[in-house]
Amino acid sequence: MLVSLNWLKNYVDIDSITPEELAEKITKSGIEVDGIEYIAEKSKNVVVGYVETCEKHPNADKLNLCQVDVGDQKLQIICGAPNVRQGQKVAVAKPGAILPGNFKIKKVKLRGVESNGMICSLQELGIEEKFVPKDTADGIFVFPNDVEIGEDVEPLLNLNDAILEFDLTPNRADCLSMIGIAYEVAAILDQDIHLPEVKIKTITEKAQNYVSVEVEDKELNPYYGAFIIKDIEVKPSPLWMRNYLIAAGIRPINNVVDITNFVLLEYGQPLHAFDYDQLQSEKIVVRRAKENETLITLDEKERMLTTDNLVITNGKEPIALAGVMGGANTEVSEQTTTILLEAAYFDGFSVRKTVKATGLRSEASTRYEKGIDPSRVKIAGERACQLLYEYANGKVLANSVEVDSLDCTKKTVEITTNEINKRLGTEISTEEIVSILEKLRFAFDQEKDHFTVEIPTRRGDISIFEDMLEEVARIYGYDNLPYTLPIGAADAGALTQRQNLKRKVKNFMESSGLMEGITYSLTDLNNSKKLISPDIEEENITPVKLAMPMSEDHQFLRLSILPELLRTLAYNNARGQRNTGLYELGSIFITEEEILTKQPEEKLRLAGALTGEWISHPWQQENKKVDFYVVKGIVEGLFEFLKLPATFKKEKLSDMHPGRCASIAVNNEPIGFIGQVHPMFVKKMDLKETYVFDINMEKVFSAYKKEPETKPIPKFPSITRDIAFIVDENVVAGDLKASIEEIGAPLVKKVRIFDVYQGKNLPEGKKSIAYSLVYRHPEKTLKDDEVEESYQQIIDEVNKKYDSYIRS
Amino acid sequence: MKEQLESLQNEALDSISKTQDLKKLQEIKVSFLGKKGSLTSVLRGMGKLSKEERPIVGEVANRVRSSITAAIEQKNEELEAKAIEKQLEDEAIDVTLPGRPVQVGGKHVLTKLIEEIEDLFIGMGFEVQEGPEVETDFFNFEALNLPPNHPARDMQDTFYITNELLLRTHTSPVQARTMREYKGKKPVKMICPGKVYRRDNDDATHSHQFTQIEGLYIDRNVRMSDLKGVLNNFAKKIFGQDREIRLRPSFFPFTEPSVEMDISCKICGGKGCSVCKKSGWIEILGAGMVHPKVLEMAGYDSKEFSGFAFGMGPDRIAMLKYGIDDIRQFYVNDTRFLKQYHNA
Ligand SMILES: [Zn+2]
Repeated sequence: MLVSLNWLKNYVDIDSITPEELAEKITKSGIEVDGIEYIAEKSKNVVVGYVETCEKHPNADKLNLCQVDVGDQKLQIICGAPNVRQGQKVAVAKPGAILPGNFKIKKVKLRGVESNGMICSLQELGIEEKFVPKDTADGIFVFPNDVEIGEDVEPLLNLNDAILEFDLTPNRADCLSMIGIAYEVAAILDQDIHLPEVKIKTITEKAQNYVSVEVEDKELNPYYGAFIIKDIEVKPSPLWMRNYLIAAGIRPINNVVDITNFVLLEYGQPLHAFDYDQLQSEKIVVRRAKENETLITLDEKERMLTTDNLVITNGKEPIALAGVMGGANTEVSEQTTTILLEAAYFDGFSVRKTVKATGLRSEASTRYEKGIDPSRVKIAGERACQLLYEYANGKVLANSVEVDSLDCTKKTVEITTNEINKRLGTEISTEEIVSILEKLRFAFDQEKDHFTVEIPTRRGDISIFEDMLEEVARIYGYDNLPYTLPIGAADAGALTQRQNLKRKVKNFMESSGLMEGITYSLTDLNNSKKLISPDIEEENITPVKLAMPMSEDHQFLRLSILPELLRTLAYNNARGQRNTGLYELGSIFITEEEILTKQPEEKLRLAGALTGEWISHPWQQENKKVDFYVVKGIVEGLFEFLKLPATFKKEKLSDMHPGRCASIAVNNEPIGFIGQVHPMFVKKMDLKETYVFDINMEKVFSAYKKEPETKPIPKFPSITRDIAFIVDENVVAGDLKASIEEIGAPLVKKVRIFDVYQGKNLPEGKKSIAYSLVYRHPEKTLKDDEVEESYQQIIDEVNKKYDSYIRS
Repeated sequence: MKEQLESLQNEALDSISKTQDLKKLQEIKVSFLGKKGSLTSVLRGMGKLSKEERPIVGEVANRVRSSITAAIEQKNEELEAKAIEKQLEDEAIDVTLPGRPVQVGGKHVLTKLIEEIEDLFIGMGFEVQEGPEVETDFFNFEALNLPPNHPARDMQDTFYITNELLLRTHTSPVQARTMREYKGKKPVKMICPGKVYRRDNDDATHSHQFTQIEGLYIDRNVRMSDLKGVLNNFAKKIFGQDREIRLRPSFFPFTEPSVEMDISCKICGGKGCSVCKKSGWIEILGAGMVHPKVLEMAGYDSKEFSGFAFGMGPDRIAMLKYGIDDIRQFYVNDTRFLKQYHNA
C-alpha cells in the first residue's frame, strides 16, 4: 500500500513530524514501512504559464513558437509537443529551473530562434510514465482553467508529496485504506482524526424505479447496495484527485472510474460502476455461476466460470465477477450517462477461490479477500455519490436499492491489567491501559482493572485476548518491554545420542580430509534413479515427484545423494578445481508408492565423492591420485572409529566400474557401497577417475554402542610371523585373511597384508599374498613352539583350502 | 729406560695431537698401546731391571700409559664431535621448500553456524528436535493455525506432492509434532534446525532449498519479556556484544502477538546505509507468543501454559555475518568458497 502523506493530512495532523520520523514510528508500533519515496525531486522555478500565442517555428515544421505569460514576465518558448495550443495553462520551467535528473533549463537558440524555458510534460516533472493519464501521455500537461498564472506547480501537481510504502501483513486489512491508516497514525501520534463529511443531495426520483436487486446466496453476499446516478458527464477528474491517485500508484482514467478508485483507497471499500444503459434489464441478480458459463471481463479476456464463482447478473447473464472484476459489456465509457453504482460485501473465501481459479487479482479482490469493514460499505457508496454529484454533475436518485443481511455487531474482548502484565512481563498501570485504548479509539467498559473492550468493525483481526494483548503491547512500545529469561531455563539441554553421533561422523570426515557439501534434495529425472545403494531393502522404490516443479532440474526427491554430489565435483572441475573430496550427510526419500498416500521414509545417509590428486607433493616425488584404496581407507577408518566391524565384498552395480566396486556390510547386514563411478558416467560430466561411497546412517546409528569399553593394555609381548601364500589369481586377499584369522584364533590377534605380487618368478595365473601375523596370549609370554604349532596349522589348512603353497 | 719411556710419551702425544682422523688415531693407539705396541715392547724389557729400579720405572710406565690413553680419549672425543658436525653439515636441507601437504577437510559454513546456534540454545536449556522434510498439510499449516484457504498461506509458496503432502516450508511442523508428543503436559524447550523448501526461482537472494531454525518454549508463566531476553542473548552471542536488538510488531498465524527482530546495523552503526536500507536496522528473525489455538490444538491448556516461538534463517544470518551476497553459493559448493569458512 502506497500512502501519500499529502492525502493523509486530510484526516490526521502530521505536520509536526518528518516523513522519516513518521515511518520509523509506524514501523516500530505496527506496520513495516519499506521505504519513503518522494514523488519528484524538488523542482524549483516551474510555474503555471498562459500560452498567449502559439505559431509554427519559422524554420522547423514540428516546433511551435509560443509566447507564454508566467505572471512576472512573458517568455518566448519553443515547444515540440504536438498538443500545445494557444489559450492553455501549462507548466513552464523558467531559465534557471532544475528538473529531475539534474536537468538545467537555460536560454537556448533553436534553429536560430531564442527559447527562454520549457513547457513541461508530467514525465519531465518526475512522474512515472505508467501513472501519467493516457490523454496527456504524448505531450505537455495542460492544467484546468482555474489555476493562477505564475503559481508554483509543485503543490498543484503534488510534486512535494512523500509516499510511504507500507509492507502490510495479511492481518492488517484495515490499513488497506487511507482512513484505516489515519486511525493507526492517530493512535501512534495521539492525534485527532477527521473523517470526510458525507452528505448526498438526491433528486426525488427513486432508484427502485430503475432497478431491483436479488441475492441468491446471502452467505457469500450479505450486502448488496445499488445506487443510480444519472446525467453523468464523463470527463477528467479534478486535479487533486488525479494527484492522489498518481501518488497511490493508480493511473487516472476519467471522473467515474477515478471516483470509484478514490473511494476504494479512502474507505477500503471496493465499488463498481456499471453503465446502466448497457445492463439490458432492470434487474441485478447475484448468484453462483453456472458450470461453463462465460464472461468477458474488463481486460477483454473471456473467462470460463464454475459454480465456485459468484457473479453479478442482469437476471440472464453475468455482467461482473463478484468482487474481482466487471464485465466488458457494461463498462463505463465516454458515452455513459447513467450508472449503477455497486457497493457490496462479498465473502472473502469465495472471492479468493475465484481469484485462484481465474488468476485475476485486483485492488478490489485483495480487499475482499482480506476482509473489509462491514460498517463502511454503504457510506462508501454514498461518498462516491457525493463525489459524482460534485465532479461529474451526476444526479443521485433517492434511496439506494439494498439487500442487507450484514452482521455489523461489534465483538468484545475482556482484558485485565494483571493478565496483560503477567503475559508481557511488564508493570503497565491501569491508567496507561485506559490511555492506550483511547488512543486506539476502542470503546470500553471499565471496572477497576477489568476492561470490556468493544472492537470496532474495522479491526476484523481482533477477536481474542491475545489480539488485545498485542494492541496494548505495541502502543505501549516493544522497546519498553524488559529483558528477562524464562524461569525454567535453568534446566540443562543436551544433544541426543543420534545428534551427537552425527557431529562425530562429520568431525571424522573433516579429519579424513573431506569437505562437507550441502546439495539440493530435488534433482532431475535422469539423476533421480542413479547410484542407488544396494543396501536399500524396499524393492520397488520410486522417486517422489513434485506436483508442480519450478524447473526440470529440481522435480524429484533424491534416492541417492551421489548424483548431486558428483554434479558438485563437476562444477568445481569446470572451474579448475580438479582435486576435490566432498561428503554430505543428508536424507533420501524412500517410497514404493507411485502416488504417495503417506510420507516417504526419510533415511539419513553419508555419501562421499572424490576425484583428482589426493596427495600432491611433487618435489619429493610423492604424488597420489585418488584411488579405490584411498577412499576405502577413509571408510574403513570411519568404521574403526565407530567400532563397527565392516566387511567389503565385490559387487557389480549399474553406473559403477564393474571391477572396482564393493558392497559394505556390518555384522553381515548390508550398509552401503564404495567404488569407482563408471568412466562413461562421469565422462558426460567432464570428470576423470572418480570414486564414491554411500553409507546407510540409520543402520550405523542402530549398530553403534554408546559407551566406549575400557580394556587393559596387553601386558605380555607379542610375536610376529610373516607368511606368503602363492594362490590362484582369483583368490581375494580378504577371504584368505578371514581364513587365517579363523584358523589362528585365539592366539592370532591381528593379520595384516603387507605385500601382493604377481609376475616374474611366479607361474602364470598365480599371485603371492604376504601376511604379517601378530601372536599374543593375554596371560603369559608365548613360547616359540606354541607359535610354531599354530603357524604350521595355518599353513596346512590354508594350503588345503586354497590349493596354495608357501613362497620361500 | 726411563728416558726411553719419556721419549715414547713425547712421540705418542705429538702424533696424537697432530692426527685429524679417527682411523689414524686408532692406529696410533694400537701402535703404542696394542699388544705389539711400542709401549708394550718397552715394558717387556722391565724384567731386566733391578728390584730397586722396577717400581720407579713401573710408575713412570703407568704415568706414560695413562697420559697417552687420556690424550687418545680426548682426541677421540674431539674428532667424533668434529665428524658429527661435519655429517650434520652435509645433512643440511633447504628449509624453504614446501612441506608434505596434509589433507584437511571442513564443515559447511551453514553446518558450523547451525551447530553454534544449537550449542547456544542448549546452554539456555533447549533440546534439539528433528522432523521430516516431506510433511503433511496438517502439520505444515493446519496445526499452526493456517487452515486451507487462509490468506496467509500466500506468504509461502509451497511445493506440493499431493493435496495432502508437501515439502515443508518451514521447520515449525516439528514444533507441532513435539507438542503433541508431550501430550499437553510437559514443558517444551526446543529448537529444530533443518532444510526447508519454497517454490521460488533461484537467484542471488532466493533459493528453492534453504535452512531454518525454529525455536519453541512452552511452560507455565512464560512472558513476552522472556522472548525478548532470549533473543537478546542469541543476537549478542552470534553477532557480537555491541549489537542492539529491536522488536517490531508483525504477523504470523501461529503467534499472537507476533514480532520481527532487527539488530542494529554493524556497517553504519545505526546511522543508515545501503545494507540496512537506510533504517539502521537489519531484520533477522520472526517470533511471537504461541497462539492459543496452536496450544489448544496440541492439547495444551492455553490458560495454564503460555510460550514463545521464533524462526530464523541460517542462510540469511551467514550472509549477513560473512558478507556473502549470493545464497546459491551455499548449495553449489565451490570448494574455494567452502574453504574460506573452515576456521569459522
Ligand atoms: Zn546500515
